[in-house]
Amino acid sequence: MNITREDVIREVKKIVVDAACNLDPEMVRFLQLAKSKETAPLAKTILSEIIQNQEIARNQGIPMCQDTGVSVFFVELGNQVRLDFDLVEAINEATRLGYKEGFLRKSIVAHPIDRVNTKDNTPAVIHIKLVMGDTLHITFAPKGAGSENLSRMKMMTPAEGIEDVIAFVKETILLAGGKACPPLIVGIGIGGNFELAPLIAKEAIFRPLTDEATHPINRELEVRLMKEINELPVGAMGLGGVTTCLAVKVNSYPCHIASFPVAVNLQCHAARHKEITLGGNKHEEI
Amino acid sequence: MKKYNLPLSTSDIQSLHAGDYVLLSGKIHTARDAAHKLLVKSLESNEVLPFDLSETTIYYVGATPPKPGQVIGACGPTSSYRMDPFVEPLMNSGLKVMIGKGERSDEAKAAILRHNGLYLIVTGGIGALVSQRVHSSKIVLYPELGTEAIHELEVVDFPAIVAYDIFGNDLYTQQ
Repeated sequence: MNITREDVIREVKKIVVDAACNLDPEMVRFLQLAKSKETAPLAKTILSEIIQNQEIARNQGIPMCQDTGVSVFFVELGNQVRLDFDLVEAINEATRLGYKEGFLRKSIVAHPIDRVNTKDNTPAVIHIKLVMGDTLHITFAPKGAGSENLSRMKMMTPAEGIEDVIAFVKETILLAGGKACPPLIVGIGIGGNFELAPLIAKEAIFRPLTDEATHPINRELEVRLMKEINELPVGAMGLGGVTTCLAVKVNSYPCHIASFPVAVNLQCHAARHKEITLGGNKHEEI
Repeated sequence: MKKYNLPLSTSDIQSLHAGDYVLLSGKIHTARDAAHKLLVKSLESNEVLPFDLSETTIYYVGATPPKPGQVIGACGPTSSYRMDPFVEPLMNSGLKVMIGKGERSDEAKAAILRHNGLYLIVTGGIGALVSQRVHSSKIVLYPELGTEAIHELEVVDFPAIVAYDIFGNDLYTQQ
């Protein structure tokens, strides 16, 4: 299966622009459900503003949030796909064009110390996984800094257990308060090592909202944390109520006998992501 | 819901309490991380600013670029805590009212109270909605900063909530 550089640029550019203005309908449904369950008047007003905002964004083609993020890509490259070009370069070119033509904010500085803006939102953060098959699957997520800045990682010890994971996650949510723009989607990665735990936490954020972890321990964490986080005194935008998080997703990976890495990646209510599949016999946009 | 014209007068400021939802109309100036660093440098070297800090309101924002025909792109608030180190010097130069989102440091909160100032918040992530309340936008300082340049905005019915009032109330800890 041949996929051309032009195919990648054209299709990736489309999802880059689309993601900024069109919130996933499932996310909208979760927000509406949360609003109907919310009892605190101020939190209800805030949830109404959020729902109204995504309608304006969709109808008028305005980004729902001015922080159009770091451009994060998760790529699954099938072993039967033949690429005669530099995939990373093509994704960066699509990012460059998408941010320009879509009137998105360019928020990347070339170096964290002298902070000169690259003016095209590149380079993107690109994770490539090799898989079996004849398709190229790309997920794009513009990740805002507000929630990313309040995310945390800890190397716990094997003496600790499920209660300590729960305590660390709840402490993270409390420290973030209103700053991370709740209602949140909470992505948790446990296990792996120092770099893998945050990566699987980020992947967790982009699991379908109704998806449930298959491992019973991960599922127990999801159920308990969903309840306990919403009992914390945070609420929508940190101003009280019962809507601190809309979903909790836990991913795990085996780890060293001496290790217990835990990462909590926070996602604000502007939970934007779009996916595309190229190759196979289809160009399918999800 | 109360309507106010900007800049807020001393009696306006005295009449507002944490939790009040207000609609603001008038001129505001935008500034976020990079502009704050430069503003404080400008003040330290006694440069004359093209606007009077005591006659304006600072809004922490970096908008998306406007499409042709639009006044401004998405322009919701950014997190205020990153601007905390700049509160004291700006308030020393007359600033009274800041608009952003999220909790601030104890130091910044104390400075706002000491200067009889107000801290207002806007719901984060509603940049498309807020853009509809901005009727004009122009760069007035540091154009080299792009989205972080200081813009003068004319706003009408700009939606904000009082987070810290002059009586020492904090909406975040009242909940």
